[in-house]
Amino acid sequence: MTALADAASPDHLSFERGALSAWWSDTLVFAGRNIEHIRQIPEKLLDVTLQPLMFVLLFAYVFGGAITVRGGNYREFIIGGVLIQSLAFGMNGPATAIATDLTEGVIDRFRSLPATRTAYLSGHYVAELAGMALSIAVLLGAGLIVGWRVQSDPLSFLGALAVLFLFCSAMIWLGTYIGLVVRAPDAVMGVAFVVVFPLTFLSNAFVPINSLPKVLQYVAAWNPVSVVVAAVRELFGNPSAPNTLHVWPLDHAVFSAFAYCLAILVVAVPLSLRAYKIRTAD
Amino acid sequence: MSRTLYQEAVHHTKTGTGGVTARGLGKRFGEQWALRDLDLDVVPGSILGLLGHNGAGKTTAIRILTTLSEPTEGSASVAGIDVTADPTQVRRRIGVAAQQATVDGLMSAHKNLVMVGRLHHLTKAEAQRRAHDLLERLDLADAAEKLVKSFSGGMRRRLDLAASLVAEPEVLFLDEPTTGLDPRSRNDLWAMLRDLVRNGTTIILTTQYLEEADQLADDVVVLDHGRTVAHGTPEELKSQIGTERIDVTVGAVRELEGAVRATEAFASNPATLDEQLLVASIPVIEGTRLMEVMRALDAAGIDAVDLNRRQATLDDVFLTLTGEKGSDSDAEADPDSDSRNAEPTFEEVPT
Repeated sequence: MTALADAASPDHLSFERGALSAWWSDTLVFAGRNIEHIRQIPEKLLDVTLQPLMFVLLFAYVFGGAITVRGGNYREFIIGGVLIQSLAFGMNGPATAIATDLTEGVIDRFRSLPATRTAYLSGHYVAELAGMALSIAVLLGAGLIVGWRVQSDPLSFLGALAVLFLFCSAMIWLGTYIGLVVRAPDAVMGVAFVVVFPLTFLSNAFVPINSLPKVLQYVAAWNPVSVVVAAVRELFGNPSAPNTLHVWPLDHAVFSAFAYCLAILVVAVPLSLRAYKIRTAD
Repeated sequence: MSRTLYQEAVHHTKTGTGGVTARGLGKRFGEQWALRDLDLDVVPGSILGLLGHNGAGKTTAIRILTTLSEPTEGSASVAGIDVTADPTQVRRRIGVAAQQATVDGLMSAHKNLVMVGRLHHLTKAEAQRRAHDLLERLDLADAAEKLVKSFSGGMRRRLDLAASLVAEPEVLFLDEPTTGLDPRSRNDLWAMLRDLVRNGTTIILTTQYLEEADQLADDVVVLDHGRTVAHGTPEELKSQIGTERIDVTVGAVRELEGAVRATEAFASNPATLDEQLLVASIPVIEGTRLMEVMRALDAAGIDAVDLNRRQATLDDVFLTLTGEKGSDSDAEADPDSDSRNAEPTFEEVPT
């Protein structure tokens, strides 16, 4: 009888068998928590829906007339740039959410539960990725309305989505790291702004690189954001504006975009895990 | 998969032998020891009270035992499992209600509890059933679907307690569970804790109130500046300091001794003197009448400014055990500096 009870005791049997699936189920519980927060405060979704929409309309109709892109139409050109800028600002989401959690007692509750340690962070990742998927849908939908079209083949289109999701992942983990190291939730906005704003504007996202002053052309050509934007344009078959400055990453945009995003992940994920451990020690 | 996980959770609660032991447990933050040389032996199905002021090391002890903090030295086991070697196994068997309510303000009470149940790897149905039951038991059923951020302090604490009970833990840790509760809620909580203990749960709670330790605890450990200054049963503690006290306020310092001498006949234990406030605090034999004390003082020619009968408090414990009131500050937790290191224990008191 005791032996039977011991055999049924899952310490030895089902835990080992189920470590991965326990992690996944914990991840979904944490992701569900974030989604519940959105259900309670739907305004939280504005930054991933309305804000990108505004950017598309703003650039298409306000700046669209003033900026010309040789070899194509500005509205087709701009979608790649607005996509990447909006998704880059997406790092605010996880950063604010995590920084807020850390200031509250609820994180102690999570740590005193037998849930998988990393599931808290992976839960945020899953929920934020879902939010970004919504952003991408809104942005592409808005693009279609203002006249943007996919000019390439289905395989390239999927390739573009792959770049976008990889880029989102990189931004989420970057945001996660920021959220874990800032000392107050209010600080997040400032940090994200200082990172994202110059990086996206000193790039090919909104204007052709050739239209920039000479010095800034170098900055923009080497800027990883330019590479990701160029990769997305290339895969969607959108005009990318002629660029007279040849640097290797920008000339091999698709490959480099994948490489940059993976590089960010390889650094940001372990850094985040380490920061989480440090922040939640004692 | 989830089926086995559910069985797992039930299994642990049914076979509980959840005692707690600690040996030489210590925690240092920078240069300061928040806790030093803590020894505990908590029998399964009993309540241990950790008694002390703010900054005495109570919360630090709880955080180590609940795997939230790693000890600098010493070792501890909860439900027979070493807290540093296998924290996950410990977490499966414990419930924690921290001082700061650890619930999610942006979710409903019900959803909070379901989330905790799911993170304990209960099935969805079981997590929901327990959430429902606990909300009933803790008188929160009406607020089940309300957002927690709209809760009052007392409701939050009850929800926090509910969250700590979701997994039917073998060992329950409660950090100052009744601070901020009104007397009725406090009595309800006490009744509930007694119920849990009857069903085999082991409880460690911290408190600043002597009365609470007396009412609930089978054993008491008195902490001051991270050090254990006394341990024993509440009866032993009371036999040393007395339960009831009469404070005699006099007009001048020189009258304090006289007041103590005049009331010697009523004293159950040595009196303590406060020369700043001019108060002689006399632990009195049960049934002593205020009038008798007044007459005795009058007969001795002591001009008592005020007489006050009251229950013994934590301050009395410290005054009796260490000769000082103990400290309420988190700032200077240096236990090596002064006379507080004298460690009178109850064992030394002949009974």
